[in-house]
Amino acid sequence: MAGLQFTGVRKTYPNGFRAIHGVDTTVADGEFIVIVGPSGCGKSTLLRMVAGLETVTEGEIHIGDRRVNELEPADRNIAMVFQNYALYPHMSVFDNMAYGLRNRRTPKEEIESRVAEASRILQLDGMLDRRPSQLSGGQRQRVAMGRAIVREPEVFLFDEPLSNLDAKLRVQMRLEIKRLQRDLGTTSLYVTHDQVEAMTLADRLIVMNAGVAEQIGTPLDVYTEPATVFVAGFIGSPAMNFLPGTTTTDGRGVTLDGSSQTLPVAPPSSASRDKITVGIRPEHLEPTSPDAASLALSVDLVEALGADSLVHGQLAGTTQGSAVTVRVDGARRVAAGEALSLAVAPEHIHFFDADDGRRLV
Amino acid sequence: MVENRPWLTALSHIVLSLGVLITALPIWITFVASTHPVEVLMSGRTPLWPGDHFLQNYTTILGSGMEAAGGVPVGMMMWNSLVMALMIAVGKIAISIIAAYAIVYFRFPLRMTCFWIIFITLMLPVEVRILPTFAVVADLGMLNSYWGLSVPLIASATATFLFRQFFLTVPEELAEAARIDGAGPLKFFRDILLPLSRTNIAALFVILFIYGWNQYLWPLLVTTDESYYTIVMGIQRMVAVPDSEPVWHEVMATSMLAMLPPVLVVIFMQRLFVKGLIEQEK
Ligand SMILES: Nc1ncnc2c1ncn2[C@@H]1O[C@H](COP(=O)(O)OP(=O)(O)O)[C@@H](O)[C@H]1O
Ligand SMILES: [Mg+2]
Repeated sequence: MAGLQFTGVRKTYPNGFRAIHGVDTTVADGEFIVIVGPSGCGKSTLLRMVAGLETVTEGEIHIGDRRVNELEPADRNIAMVFQNYALYPHMSVFDNMAYGLRNRRTPKEEIESRVAEASRILQLDGMLDRRPSQLSGGQRQRVAMGRAIVREPEVFLFDEPLSNLDAKLRVQMRLEIKRLQRDLGTTSLYVTHDQVEAMTLADRLIVMNAGVAEQIGTPLDVYTEPATVFVAGFIGSPAMNFLPGTTTTDGRGVTLDGSSQTLPVAPPSSASRDKITVGIRPEHLEPTSPDAASLALSVDLVEALGADSLVHGQLAGTTQGSAVTVRVDGARRVAAGEALSLAVAPEHIHFFDADDGRRLV
Repeated sequence: MVENRPWLTALSHIVLSLGVLITALPIWITFVASTHPVEVLMSGRTPLWPGDHFLQNYTTILGSGMEAAGGVPVGMMMWNSLVMALMIAVGKIAISIIAAYAIVYFRFPLRMTCFWIIFITLMLPVEVRILPTFAVVADLGMLNSYWGLSVPLIASATATFLFRQFFLTVPEELAEAARIDGAGPLKFFRDILLPLSRTNIAALFVILFIYGWNQYLWPLLVTTDESYYTIVMGIQRMVAVPDSEPVWHEVMATSMLAMLPPVLVVIFMQRLFVKGLIEQEK
């Protein structure tokens, strides 16, 4: 068991592409960290540097108190689960799990007991003689997990392990991974582009964008206090509404661009500049009576999802006004073309610097 | 396409049967001729049913060979051909799989240059470079030896290229998983890449064995010692005996024997591919 430490980690690929621009963070022993971000933002690169499959261009990675920059993957005491599982196609399930242990000259009885234990936990008993091609997607996924477990590593690394499964199985395996990690208590780094997976699995999230860790925090922190416009838009579904605006002259409200509407909420005092971006989540906009409203919306389109409906529209009184999405109770009838009055609690309004996208506090 | 049109089925069967007939008839005639005494063949009428000299003809050529052609026993020539074909097939596969492994999995200076140099040798089959190759083999003292028969034919761009293409389809993660599992380059090659290439190796072995077995020009050049004659050049020598009629019944028996090993290799290896294909459905 061991924690993990990144100190000024950067990565430049041989072709000159700078994939990671400096990550500093400490992962506690036993913590489940999810690295989330859009495709191509450098998640896998970061994970693969921990695994030793990519060199670290600059900075240091420690596992426990060992600096691992120069260690071979096999010597780092990690185990990795790949998106396509990377099972050895010509080996039985047993051999797939045992291969790494044999290479480490683990005694035969020890190998057998560890594989037996792993296959019991993962419900793979009775399949140990099969080839990967004779297994379903979910079972292959379990074998890949088993191969990681039997090594009894200090750190588990997962690179989008559920992406190749269908939706139902993904939910089920997600729970299993969470349970397994809690029971084993092994420090884990988990890469995904799926924010639901990220929110449900993580003790803490690292939200990445274009090689930069934009925010590191618990899922709830990231949701309630997103550090940047990017994080705010990436976490939460449907995505947060962003309304560009200008602080009113008295500093007590915000005039929304391209509209006569003024949001009667004072931006943080640090917002000395007048151009700001207001962020409001769809689930925090409440339909209300016209005189209690802070915003008026003209409805374009309604998507009924059953439990709730998504109402898409534009700020009233504008021709090319900002698009706004509202989540309303599914029982509520809203029709296209209707005008909707909306209220929002002040604590649910986020203010961001319009220039660099940082949260204003 | 699942269709049930009786006349179409009949037609396709007729076409197929015709094809089989056209291919099989010459082989049948060869076989029939190899079972008759020479007088029957010289009478001007080609027999269509086997005669009674099967054992006699085959024991003669296998044991003592054809007198007019120097009496080299066919059994020995077949042995030589077998050794040559096996050395060529095994040598080509061994060298090209290692070359392809280096080119695909290792980053070294001039990697692509090496690949292209290997690839360009596709344009230089032994017939094109026959004189310089002969000179080299002669200078190395490899005339009249199995090494001389096989080594110059071993370098193979085709097989290297095929293995390279196959290795490129093996997911990179497999190599990475093996690295995490503590398998070094040699171990990865032996434990993972080699078993995965099994079907490719089997297919190549068939092709290369037949290629080696059918070599004609090169063995003709490098062997002057009868004990290294191969069967394909042997048949030619039997037909072209100076100052006498060819002894057709013995030539035909030799031809039948020369066809046998490639056929056996195909039949035996075919089972191996099919097995491999079923196991590796991915
Ligand atoms: N071997 C490489 N050489 C050059 N650029 C690479 C290499 N591998 C990945 N990249 C680039 O680095 C960026 C991050 O890649 P990756 O970490 O795989 O992203 P993801 O977040 O989708 O896992 C991408 O823009 C990708 O194109
Ligand atoms: Mg990735």
